[in-house]
Amino acid sequence: METARQVCRRNLQESVEVCDGSPELHVLAVDDSLVDRKVIERLLKISSCKVTAVESGTRALQYLGLDGEKGKGSVGFDGLKVNLIMTDYSMPGMTGYELLKKIKQESSLLKEIPVVIMSSENILTRIDRCLEEGAEEYLVKPVKLADVKRLKDFIIRGEGKDSGETRIRKRRRQDDHTSLPQSVPLSSSPALAFDPLSTLMPSSSPSACSTKRAKLRI
Amino acid sequence: MDAMSQLRRQLHEHTAYLRKEGFLDDQFEQLQKLQDENSPDFVVEVVSIFFEDSEKLLNNMARALEQKIVDFKQVDAHVHQFKGSSASIGAMRVKNVCIEFRNYCEAQNVEELFGCRCFRCIQKLQYEYALLKNQLEYLFRVEQQIRAAGG
Repeated sequence: METARQVCRRNLQESVEVCDGSPELHVLAVDDSLVDRKVIERLLKISSCKVTAVESGTRALQYLGLDGEKGKGSVGFDGLKVNLIMTDYSMPGMTGYELLKKIKQESSLLKEIPVVIMSSENILTRIDRCLEEGAEEYLVKPVKLADVKRLKDFIIRGEGKDSGETRIRKRRRQDDHTSLPQSVPLSSSPALAFDPLSTLMPSSSPSACSTKRAKLRI
Repeated sequence: MDAMSQLRRQLHEHTAYLRKEGFLDDQFEQLQKLQDENSPDFVVEVVSIFFEDSEKLLNNMARALEQKIVDFKQVDAHVHQFKGSSASIGAMRVKNVCIEFRNYCEAQNVEELFGCRCFRCIQKLQYEYALLKNQLEYLFRVEQQIRAAGG
């Protein structure tokens, strides 16, 4: 019996278009700043991703079909499956965190779409909160090309792997008995060992926890 | 040195100057790397959006500060946005004034003096922004000349 994650992975492989052998991801970018939308759009396009950029959490939910029409799967308005959501944290109305929660509380496959939070503020408690709620990563703005490339590689490579242990799941739910793995076979990333202490100790340098996943890199 | 080389040198020197004086940081260079034949005007486009956005934000800040009873949370919200967009295009000096400004906004309920500092901050911000705008417009003019000359 397939788990939801496996089903989603299979769907991803089916839905991701392959051009010249390299899959094209469809990213939904959410940011209230027009400047940032323009930049993230370019970053993604140059990384050969399809982009849909919206200005608010509400619009994002509408696009995902979550505003009343439940269970639409991860298909956006234009029929393209969304493979990744990148959202700004501080937005008027619905914050990125609230958007993240809404998505992760979904009972449909939508909750399996990786969500990345972007923020200009490097606040440890905020980072932890987002990761605990299921964010894949927390990027400190301005987002770089290297960040996008890493995300893309991670998502593409993450599909096709068997176990749920390949992702460092930082969700600390009651029902989640998967203990934090000592060593995770993420082929693309040297970030293998998760050090629980790293989230408890305040970092001395401002860039130390700039990207949560990056912090784990050796 | 022919005209084209001169223009290129001007561009190079001016960009270096802007970096050295802290007007621009690495992020601006990152944006330039995103420009290619598919998006040949990317930097100018983003910066134009930034200019429009900034002017709106500065107006909003000024208006908020003019109120009889100033809502510093509101002012802070505008400054926060400005800080974000200036960081996104690599406008370091503007960003730094925003950071200072936000500190004063946050502190003003503790010490009224900081509220006064906010007024000084917006002036500083307007000044830095105007400087940056001038500098970037000059930079773009030189680039335009290079392109017009076939570069």
